[in-house]
Parts: sequence; C-alpha cells; structure tokens
Amino acid sequence: MWLTRPLQERSTQLFLGILFFALIVVTVLHLALPEGNPLHVSAYTVTLLGKYLCYALLAVAVDLVWGYLGILSLGHGAFFALGGYAMGMYLMRQIGDRGTYGDPILPDFMVFLNWQELPWYWYGFDMAWFAFAMVLLAPGALALVFGWLAFRSRVTGVYLSIITQALTFALMLAFFRNEMGFGGNNGLTDFRDILGFNLRTDATRLGLFIATGIALAIGYVVCRGIVTSKLGRVSVACRDAEARTRFLGYRVERVQLFVFVVSAMLAGVAGALYVPQVGIINPSEFSPIFSIEIVVWVALGGRATLYGAVIGAILVNYAKTVFTGVMPDAWLFALGALFVLVTVFLPQGIAGLLRKRRKSTDDGSGPSESSSTSEATA
Amino acid sequence: MSIPRWLTFFLMVLLMTTAGTVSAQQQDQTPEALLEQLADASPRDTEAAIKAIATSGHERARAWLEAYGNNRISQVEATGRIVIVLNNRGRDWEVADALTGENLGEMSRRDLDRIAINNAVRRQLAGVLAMLDLFAKDVAVREAAALDLLGKVDDAIVEEVTARIEEEPDAGVRNRLEEALAIYQVEEQGSLDAIEVLSGSLHPRARAALNSAVASEDPARKAAAEQALASIQQKLRLNNAAETLYFGLSLGSVLVLAAIGLAITFGVMGVINMAHGELIMLGAYTTWGMQQLLPGQPGLALILSIPAGFLVAALAGIAIERSVIQFLKGRPLETLLATFGVSLILQQLVRTVISPLNRTVVTPEWMSGSLVINDALSLTLNRMYVIGFALLVFTALMLIMRRTRLGLEVRAVTQNRAMARSMGIKATRVDIMTFALGSGVAGLAGVALSQLTNVGPNLGQNYIIDSFMVVVFGGVGNLWGTLVAGLTLGTINQLLEPWAGAVLAKIIVLVFIILFIQKRPKGLFPQKGRAAEG
Repeated sequence: MWLTRPLQERSTQLFLGILFFALIVVTVLHLALPEGNPLHVSAYTVTLLGKYLCYALLAVAVDLVWGYLGILSLGHGAFFALGGYAMGMYLMRQIGDRGTYGDPILPDFMVFLNWQELPWYWYGFDMAWFAFAMVLLAPGALALVFGWLAFRSRVTGVYLSIITQALTFALMLAFFRNEMGFGGNNGLTDFRDILGFNLRTDATRLGLFIATGIALAIGYVVCRGIVTSKLGRVSVACRDAEARTRFLGYRVERVQLFVFVVSAMLAGVAGALYVPQVGIINPSEFSPIFSIEIVVWVALGGRATLYGAVIGAILVNYAKTVFTGVMPDAWLFALGALFVLVTVFLPQGIAGLLRKRRKSTDDGSGPSESSSTSEATA
Repeated sequence: MSIPRWLTFFLMVLLMTTAGTVSAQQQDQTPEALLEQLADASPRDTEAAIKAIATSGHERARAWLEAYGNNRISQVEATGRIVIVLNNRGRDWEVADALTGENLGEMSRRDLDRIAINNAVRRQLAGVLAMLDLFAKDVAVREAAALDLLGKVDDAIVEEVTARIEEEPDAGVRNRLEEALAIYQVEEQGSLDAIEVLSGSLHPRARAALNSAVASEDPARKAAAEQALASIQQKLRLNNAAETLYFGLSLGSVLVLAAIGLAITFGVMGVINMAHGELIMLGAYTTWGMQQLLPGQPGLALILSIPAGFLVAALAGIAIERSVIQFLKGRPLETLLATFGVSLILQQLVRTVISPLNRTVVTPEWMSGSLVINDALSLTLNRMYVIGFALLVFTALMLIMRRTRLGLEVRAVTQNRAMARSMGIKATRVDIMTFALGSGVAGLAGVALSQLTNVGPNLGQNYIIDSFMVVVFGGVGNLWGTLVAGLTLGTINQLLEPWAGAVLAKIIVLVFIILFIQKRPKGLFPQKGRAAEG
C-alpha cells in the first residue's frame, strides 16, 4: 500500500517522531504545569503553535507541487482561504441566534446588509459533515477546473505562476465584495463553538492544536506516499523533463492534475484548521503576497524535501511573530532580504545544508543542478 | 423720475441694433442718474431702472447689478451718495463708491440706507445679468453668456434675445441664443418649430423643456417632443460611447506604459521582474521629489521629472540586475522570488524614509481642465496627455529596438545568446542595458501615473499583476502585442464597468485572460520562427 510505505522510511519515522514528541511536550507543559511556572505553555502560545502547524501543512502542500511537480503556484493561498471560508461558514451557522442581531438563520453581516434569506450556497453548512466535505471539495473543485484548463493547454513555468497569481487576485477582489455573501471586507468572525465545544476555552484550543498536528502528520504521510509511489516518480520526471516524459507515453497533464488537486485539498484542510484557531477569515488570505510568502517558506526550508517545508514555515513565521512584536517596520525588510538571500545563496534551503553536512545519501529526489537548468530551457 | 416702460424697451432695442457703439440717448443718462433712478424707484419702476443700467453699457454696470442682487447697494443718508457694501459684518460696514469703485473705508451701518430688492425683481435681475455679457467684444464671453441664458429667458428679456440673434455675428453664439429662445418658446408657448430646434441640442436644460412638452395634452406637440427626445437620446448614446472609448483608451495607455517596460525585461530577456511595480513607484516618487525641489513650478518639475524618473528607475534597475538577477540567470522561477523580495524591500524603504501615507503630486495648469466637444462630451486633458505620452514612449522604444545598435544587439542576444557572443557582442553589457531600459520605462510610467492616481508605497503593487496580464495577453517578446493588449484590456474594462461595477469588471477581465491563456498559451501575437525557439 502506497500509504503505509512511507511509515517504513527512516526519514518519515524521524519526522513523525519529532512531531508527536513536540505535541506531547506542549500538551504536558500546558496542562501539568501551573501558570506561574517559567516552563508553562500558555493557551496563547498553544494557539500560536497551532497556527504555525497550519502554515506547515500549507507549506507541505506547496512543496508537493513545486518540489515534486515543478509547478510554482503563486495562488495556493486561494485554496487555503477557500478551505478556511468553508470552515468559517460552518462556524457562522453554529452561532445561531447568539449573534448581535439574534437572527436564528442569517449571520450578522447579512442582517446588517438587510438580506431576507440565506443565499443558496450557504445551505448545508449548518451540518458539520457537509462543511467538512466542502473543506476538501471547494478547493479541490477549483484546482480541478483551473488545472484541467491549464495543464490541458500545456501552460507551464512562469506563465502558470502568473496566472495562478491572477486567480488568487481575482478571488480576493471577488470576496471583498459585499454582494458575494461572504462578509465582504470583514470576512467571517465572532465564532462561538465547533462541534459543540466552546472555541474560547483553553481545552478546545489545545484540542485544535493536537488536531492540527495530527492533520500535519497525515498530510505529510500522504505526500510522502505520493512522491515515493510510481506516480510520484513520473511527477518528478514531469518536473525535470516534461516533453521527454510525454514522449515516453505518460499522460503528463493527468499526473499534474492529480497532484495539483491533492495539494489544493491539503491547503484547504490547513485553512480549515487555521480559521477556528485565529477566529477570523477575511479576503486578505487571498492576497497574492501571502501566496508568494508560502513559497519562500518552502524555499528557505528546502524544496522537494517536505520536511524542509515544515521547518521553513515554522522558522519564518516564528521570525515574523518576533519581528512584528519588536520592530514591525523591519519585518518587510527581513522578509525581502530572506527572499533574495535564499534564492541567491541557498538554493537548496536549510534541508540542503543539513544534507550536505551529513553527506548521507538520501532518497535523492531533491532537485539537482541539471534539473534546474533543464527547467529553465523548457 | 421714472421713464415709462415702453420707452425703456424702445431704448433697449435701439441699443441692441447699435451694439458696441454708445447711442446718443444713453449719453443723456449719466451714471449718477442711472443709480439715482435705481435708488429712488418705486417697486413698480425698479424693472425699468435695472434695464436702464443694463443697456447703459457702463463698465461698472455688472458690479452694480450684482451688488444690488446681493443686497449690497446702499445710499449714504447724509450725502445721497450710492455705495457698494464690501463687508456687512459687524456694526461698521466697509463700503466702496459705486461710481468709481474707490474704497471709502468703514462706515456706520446706521448712516446707510439699503436699497431694497424683492424676489420678483431678483429673478428678473438674473436674466438681465445673463444678458449683460452678450454685448461683450470677446466671442468666448458672449458664448458663455449665451450658454448661461439657457432656461433663463423669460417674458422680460425675450424680445432682446430675439433681437440679439439677428445681430450676433458668430454662428456658435447664435446657435446658443436660438437654443435659449427655443427653450422659452417650448415651455411658454408650446411652439412646434422650437421643438424642432431643440432636437439638435444636447444640453440637459433642452431635454427638461422637451420633457415638459411631452407631458402636454396637444397630441402634435407631444409627438414632436417625443421624436426630438428620441433623436437626442440617440446622440447621447453616441457621445457616451465616445466617452467610454476615451476612458478605455486612457486606462489602456496607462496599462501599456506600465507593461511595456516589463515587455522588455520579461519578453526580451526572459527575466521575471516582480519589482517592476516598485520601479514605477520610484518614478512617481521622483515626480513628487522634483515638485518639492521646485516649489511653485509644478509644470517645469513635471517635465524635468521625465528624464529624472527614467534615470532613477534605470539606476535602480541596474542595481537590481547586478546584485540579484545576474546570479539567477536561466532560473526564471527563482528570479521571480528574488525580485519579489526586492520589491518588498523597496516598498518598505519608501514607507520608512518618506512616509507610509500617500503624497500628492500637483497637476500643472496646462494639464488640468478639459476639452469640451459638446454639451454631453468633454475630455479631460490630463488623460489626453497620458495617451499621447504612452504613444510617444512606445514609438521611442520601437525605434530603439528596430533602428539602433543597442536594439540590434538585444535582439541578437535574445535569439541566440551563444552565437551573438561569438559575433563579438558583449552579452553581459547588453543584459545590463536592456534591463536599464526596461526599468527606465517603468520610471516613465510612474511619472505619468503620478498625474492620475495617488502616489504611495502601494502604487506599484496595484499595477504589477495587470502589467503581467497585459504582457502575457499580448504575447511575450512582442512590443506591438503589448500595445494592442493594453489598449484592448483597458477598453474592455471600461466597457464592462457601467453594468458590472469596477471590481466585477476587473474580475471578469482577469478570468477572461486566464481562459484566454488556456486557448492561446503564447498570447495574441506569439513569436514565430527562430526567435521563438531560442
């Protein structure tokens, strides 16, 4: 089975080991130690870590398409946000008549806009199973349609990057509109509870953190399973020499479409877990700059390694938290410099550094020098 | 001393037949007498007094009548002198002599006897004031006065207007007067001929008159008015279409300006420069800086900032090329990321050094205002300048690429780098020059944009995606494609805006391009032959 194969790999075991160890340590430190203890992990920190883990899952999704398929998506934020909106709509419906206007069906912003009834696309989101299915299906469907159109016409490389960026930009503009029925500028917020658990209690927050950790583990194993399967090897072949793979008889566009859709769904899950933890979803998650930031997490961590994406996402976002707290003006300088330095001096990312130091022969799926030059000529 | 009404009319008609010259009858009435007449007139005679002043041809007639309309004509009780009140706040009023305009200083308001005006007279005064300028020598003043008369013709002045039409030498002014008269005739008399006259008018007032005629009970009038309105609507639609096209072209030329530099760096060099928008921003800030350096001379500063903006952006471009892009040759996706980093740094730099807030760039006088084509269509000048500027820049770039040594070398390096180098072309130097050229053009776009939008740190970000869309839509490596694509997208956007709204129009255009790229991945004008394979 392709899903169990990664579990026998040493690198995956190591990754899962570290991840679960970290989950347990945080849980214990949060629950067992009293508030005054210097080692106590506050609920705020737990939520913050949960947010990082969401980003890490998102980065893994991006690494899957960029690292193993050679598609630099500058629009993955759109899938993340769509998953987030699906979750947000569920959470909105859960508020029920506890909103400011006390309408049992309509969310507050609709009452405010004088809407009389629920738009059709909000139906069903009061049921958890439906909403959770939409978390996967909405981004998946968008990726399917978009990818089908793009890959069928063999739009690749820089062009694809630019139109993915246009896609997320168009969606951002659309979601900013009040008429769309997604809360416009303010987005969806003021959530109360999820599956009956109050979102404002520490226990729920811890639960969400653990759920995110498990989602990351599953996402990692799924991606690992895909890239070590035969399909994964074909996808690496598409990345390195698309035309040659096609001439060998593989249906390149199908491979690309499959991997792209899976990646979009993972991004959607990340978004869905992100929303209850930060308590809001608004159109800024669609902004092109966020999508391009995800790419730099992956680039910093090391492309085509998966675990590198996790490291990159956590490191960059930790740095962002620190910087924006201490000197907010400097953050964009630091981020900009990071973009430049990583691409110019650290093309293999942190994972590349680790690999060089250990000089171990990994599975060798990282992009080699020859692969990047062949990509340029394609 | 009051003059019979018929006599005033007689005098006035006489005056109009001898417009420009001063007739003997008027010399009988000294300015003092005219003012006396106004001051002493009983409410019934005020009208005549006003007309006497209006037709006197006195240079200060307008000042008197306006002051009168504003309740600012008074008589000094002690001396009987007529004064104009300049400032009526407080106990002491500042006054000026009505005859000479000489400032007489302040005077207690108790010593002043205000010459009263009632509303009926004030209404009539408006018409008379509108008439005053019809006697001016300057055609433009007469035309403005005639335009002002639309809808203001009433029983009191209709005869004068009719007389004036006969006398008016200028056809444009005459048409206006006929329009004004026709509005009166339609509204007051329901004349069919007048409806016919109005069917050629685009002025909103004419439409109002026709609408009132449509409401009439006389079927012939109603039909004629409806027909006239229909013909006007037709013309309005045409004018609207022309205006939309104009806005579309101006938006399109902004897009062309923003994208054409990108077409060079992206299309010709294959370099994705995400910092292109920030180079545009630098150009805009250069304009602002120039205006700070030359306060009070916005026009000169704007002209100087054209070369300055080019230089600043070109130098910044060279710096980016040398420090980042040259190390990433042949790795377009990495170049994209690195230059995006540069764009973040530049944005934050501007925020830190200058201000996170928008700066205002002054529009020089010769660029503001608009070109009036007719009552329904006027074209703003600044947009016209931007359209011209975009075409100019485009032509210059075409000439550089086609006719100069640099252009030849650029094309050679683009098509076959190794071969070009073996022919003795210094490819690295060509890279730098090309990048400088593309960046400099971005700076020029910034100078132009500073006249249309706010100059702020996010200026570039707003244009980068649009610019890429234009280049991709037009076909990479093809300047003509960029021109056509930019103008097309701008026009489509403006055509969609009235029924879809600005945001939705933009979304539709983006979706359209995304779909278009699926159909024609190489854009409108794909490169063909050897160059495409390089």
